Amino acid sequence: MKLAYYPGCSLKGTAREYDLSTRLVARHLGLELVEIPDWNCCGATAAHSTSHFLAVALPARVLALAEDMGLDILSPCAACYQRLRAAQEELKRDPELKRQVEGALGRTFEGRVRVFSLLEALAQLGEEALAAQVVRPLKGMQVACYYGCLLVRPPLTSCDDPEQPQLMEKILAPTKVDTLDWGGKNECCGASLIFGAREVALNLIKNILHAAAQVRAHALVTACPLCHANLDLRQKEVNRFFGTNFAIPVFYLSQLLGIAMGLNPRDLGLGSHFVDPQRALRMVGS
Amino acid sequence: MPRVGVFVCWCGSNIGGVLDCPALARAAATFPGVVYATDYQYMCSDPGQKLIAEAIKEHRLDRVVVAACSPRLHEDTFREVLARAGLNPYLLEMTNLREHCSWVHAGEKELAQAKALSLIRRAVAKALRLTPLHPGRVKITRRCLVIGGGIAGIQAALDVADAGIEVVLVEREPSLGGKMVLLDKTFPTLDCSACISTPKMAAVAKHPLIRLYTYAEVEKVEGSLGNYRVTIRQKARYVDHTKCTGCGTCWEKCPVKVPDELNFRLSTRPAIYLPFPQAVPSKPVIDARHCRQLTKGKCGVCQKVCPAGAIDYTQQDSLHEEEVGAIIVATGFDLFPWEKAYGEYGYGRYPDVITGLAFERLVNASGPTGGRIVRPSDGREPRTVVFVHCVGSRDELKGREYCSRICCMYTAKHAHQVKERLPEAKVYVFYIDIRTFGKGYEEFYRRVQDEGVIYLRGRVSKIYQEGDKLIVKGADTLLGEPVTIAADLVVLATGVVPARGAEELARTLGISTDKDGFFQEAHPKLRPVETHTAGIFLAGACQGPKDIPDTVSQASAAAAKAVGLLLREEIEVSPLVAWVNQALCTGCLHCQVVCPYQAIEVVTEGGRRRARVKEELCQGCGSCTVACRPGAMELKGFSNEQILAEVEALCR
Amino acid sequence: MNENFWSEVNRAAGQKITHCYQCGKCTAGCPVAFAMDYKPHQILRLLQLGRGEELLSSRALWVCSSCQTCTTRCPCHIDLARLIDTLRFFSRQAFPQVTRHGMPLFNEVFLRSVKRYGRVYELGLTLQFNLKERKVWRDLDLGHFMLSRRKLRLLPEPVENRKEVAQIFSAEKEEPR
Ligand SMILES: Cc1cc2nc3c(=O)[nH]c(=O)nc-3n(C[C@H](O)[C@H](O)[C@H](O)COP(=O)(O)OP(=O)(O)OC[C@H]3O[C@@H](n4cnc5c(N)ncnc54)[C@H](O)[C@@H]3O)c2cc1C
Ligand code: SF4
Ligand code: SF4
Ligand code: SF4
Ligand code: SF4
Ligand code: SF4
Repeated sequence: MKLAYYPGCSLKGTAREYDLSTRLVARHLGLELVEIPDWNCCGATAAHSTSHFLAVALPARVLALAEDMGLDILSPCAACYQRLRAAQEELKRDPELKRQVEGALGRTFEGRVRVFSLLEALAQLGEEALAAQVVRPLKGMQVACYYGCLLVRPPLTSCDDPEQPQLMEKILAPTKVDTLDWGGKNECCGASLIFGAREVALNLIKNILHAAAQVRAHALVTACPLCHANLDLRQKEVNRFFGTNFAIPVFYLSQLLGIAMGLNPRDLGLGSHFVDPQRALRMVGS
Repeated sequence: MPRVGVFVCWCGSNIGGVLDCPALARAAATFPGVVYATDYQYMCSDPGQKLIAEAIKEHRLDRVVVAACSPRLHEDTFREVLARAGLNPYLLEMTNLREHCSWVHAGEKELAQAKALSLIRRAVAKALRLTPLHPGRVKITRRCLVIGGGIAGIQAALDVADAGIEVVLVEREPSLGGKMVLLDKTFPTLDCSACISTPKMAAVAKHPLIRLYTYAEVEKVEGSLGNYRVTIRQKARYVDHTKCTGCGTCWEKCPVKVPDELNFRLSTRPAIYLPFPQAVPSKPVIDARHCRQLTKGKCGVCQKVCPAGAIDYTQQDSLHEEEVGAIIVATGFDLFPWEKAYGEYGYGRYPDVITGLAFERLVNASGPTGGRIVRPSDGREPRTVVFVHCVGSRDELKGREYCSRICCMYTAKHAHQVKERLPEAKVYVFYIDIRTFGKGYEEFYRRVQDEGVIYLRGRVSKIYQEGDKLIVKGADTLLGEPVTIAADLVVLATGVVPARGAEELARTLGISTDKDGFFQEAHPKLRPVETHTAGIFLAGACQGPKDIPDTVSQASAAAAKAVGLLLREEIEVSPLVAWVNQALCTGCLHCQVVCPYQAIEVVTEGGRRRARVKEELCQGCGSCTVACRPGAMELKGFSNEQILAEVEALCR
Repeated sequence: MNENFWSEVNRAAGQKITHCYQCGKCTAGCPVAFAMDYKPHQILRLLQLGRGEELLSSRALWVCSSCQTCTTRCPCHIDLARLIDTLRFFSRQAFPQVTRHGMPLFNEVFLRSVKRYGRVYELGLTLQFNLKERKVWRDLDLGHFMLSRRKLRLLPEPVENRKEVAQIFSAEKEEPR
């Protein structure tokens, strides 16, 4: 399968390892990714809380570029994914807006391309195809799959059941990693608040880490660069602020899958985590 | 030339507030054939009726047009006026200025006025072509069918039978009783539910005039008011009830254990079973899905041990025909399937999140725990219990807009029961509004609050498991705060939906359902137990959510209506039926194909095949007239000529 | 403020505000309700009553994380997250000073970066935001860590077709949606 790859801004910077690991894993699974030429930022939360027009028009350009390529889009970043999907739905719902956007871009939309999150793209391969690549089963390691907000909400753009999502667990099943049942899966990590309302965001991060600790998770798994930044990079700050001592590594879904596929941890970008992932990996086989 | 009178009704301000009725009457007076026209505040009232009757005499009217409300409401009223004034009642034509005009066009008075005039012109055009019609008469089968053996069906059957009329009662489960026998106590008086319902079940079984079919379903209904032929499918029980003595040896020895659906999987039962000890009939059935003999061909234990030789593994479903004159539908309700809709409450994955009905089984002395309130997961007594109102009710997102009416009260009852059995337990109830409309209900709710139950106004957003606690995230909107409670047991006040299969039964019976799937009553206020199909009545929760007092009242009302009908020797049948113009009929029988009531037969005369309408079966739906190409099929009161004249008048 | 405000918000967000029956499910599920001055259901209530002044100066608008939980679960199909976006617009109009710090400031700086480069230049954005908030030293340790892991680019990496991006921004009308 061939997909138009939309890394988005985060994967070019703070979430470099998500980009690396996604590309690597995709290659090994026979997913051909062609980066969308000259893609632009989706606008993220800043756009939709400022102007509905920008919130649709920015992702619309990306949709149009992919339409030119004649390929469906893979958007590993959960925020980009949701903005692309939301823009798609708005263009469908509001012909007047569509006209304005087309005017501004000088492009037209047929609405042909589909937008996939990493979860959907991997799940589509099927359990067998994934199992065939697993050479290093992760038995013994317990992880809490964390979906956050944007992959599953609102229901209109959700890639899975909004309340009890299961795609990550399904994708990871062939790796034999123990996926835990927990209550924090779709709670908000406060990514959009980390700059504007720091303390509030730290509270939300703490709640999620707490919930994961409650079920004795060795690690969290995520498919969103913003969640990752909050949960991993900010863990120390949370500990400082609340006097806690969480030390829960956070993997990208692609990284964990890659490890089970026997790929080189360095190539998967495991070295750039704030909380050392090795402590979780040591649980394998325990 | 007929002499038409036109009577325009104001319906108070309903019509008069939008339309200029006197002007309509003045304009109508100029239509050809109209010799008299007038308007009046309330045409249906006594003086209004008198006005029409006197005008008929004074102006020698022989056709009457009433421009008022829906014929559904008052056609019969005005037909009777004509009859009293000595005219054939079918020389009346109504036009609906209320629902079809003033109500829907209140904001555009001028256009409404023009439309109203058109509607009257149409009615006059038809009136000019009306002919006198005479209703037929048929004899009545003095027997009554009751479908559903919950408290509604039981009460209705007993009332009809006590009036001396034979009853056929069909219940699809192995025992009578419905939901009520499963309950522990009943609000607001807290009397024991089984103690007041099982004597009634026994009375049904003993009644000489009631023929009881359990584990059976109505498969087909033919005929119409006064004379129905009903086909009943008796599902195979694999136990010959004429031989079985109900000794219980078989169900004690059966090696199979399956989760007991009546106890919401809180306990198990054998494959040959009595649903509960007071079941009526008190004889077992074999659950073919789980019996080893029937699924795998080996076991046969019950047959070996049965002292009466009643077990018959070869039994098949059997069909039975019954003739009845009236039908009472009492199929009750089911609980909203919350496990499919509420992901935020876990889709039923947490064993300690249960429904109100499961809670009834928990507190019930004859239930799976002998009345001890414990957690299904580990059998421990809960120390914190949370109740959640309006699950699957008042929730458009989940597709159910209406209030289920019973859950506020049953939750208050449950909260009281927790406090009574486990005085130390903390009890919280999350509600949106409290609806305690019945006699003694508000008082009961206040009492429960005094017992220490804490009511929190807010809908619960999420429930999830953390360790052995259930975390309930709710709100207290009165304080404007989110509230989180770590609970041991959560009870969902699950809403009421129509019984499974109600839609299908409605089709079998030819009655309609409302937007939520409950059976539709003929009029929400004035004909609450009748359907639009004459001779079919409604009782209990199948018509809408209801508690037991309302259910029983409605059941008795339905019984009274049915008895009133069945005590007549004969009934009039509508003359508005189809007839075949034999000269035009080509015998193609397209009409026979489309008739939903099998009312068309073939007659062969002189080698020529023609259609003929069986008037006693025809419901006047008119399907055949549309299917008939040469125009041989005509509906009395809606003839082709009349309809074309109406269309022409409207297009003017 | 008045009914005018009410109907304008209603129109802009395309919501049936009257439909809310104050069940509080939004507040119950909102992750940040604890930090809001007006809770989500109270925002709806103020809207129903047309009390715009209180609403538009409320801190809640800038604490909402746009997590969409309220929208996902509201039994009455009210898209509260979207409503809040709309109210943010009105709030910036009524009280331009809100954009001097916190989330509205961040949004502004963020969009400026997008307007300029077509993409987000994370380092520049963070520095600029911290500067404007007068918290230059914030997250210094993190920045150091990230630079050492090549998680921050030193220079922006703009799109080539900046004209098209500029067109998007110039077509944006100052109009709530
Ligand atoms: C948890 C709970 C607690 C309650 N507590 C109280 C209380 O304390 N006090 C009170 O007043 N009310 C209470 N109620 C309400 C009470 O249960 C109902 O008012 C009552 O059961 C309605 O009776 P019914 O006969 O209309 O329906 P049901 O009890 O549902 O009976 C319908 C019967 O029809 C049968 N049936 C369905 N479809 C067919 C078919 N197609 N063919 C043949 N048979 C069919 C069913 O098997 C069933 O036996 C409670 C309800 C619940 C859920
Ligand atoms: S034959 Fe079936 S019902 Fe009878 S005892 Fe065996 S399993 Fe039970
Ligand atoms: S009766 Fe009470 S709990 Fe039941 S739906 Fe109505 S308001 Fe909700
Ligand atoms: S009107 Fe015609 S189709 Fe309808 S019931 Fe009568 S005969 Fe049948
Ligand atoms: S959840 Fe919806 S209906 Fe309930 S208070 Fe919030 S906005 Fe209103
Ligand atoms: S979108 Fe905003 S208001 Fe709604 S639940 Fe999330 S944080 Fe609360």
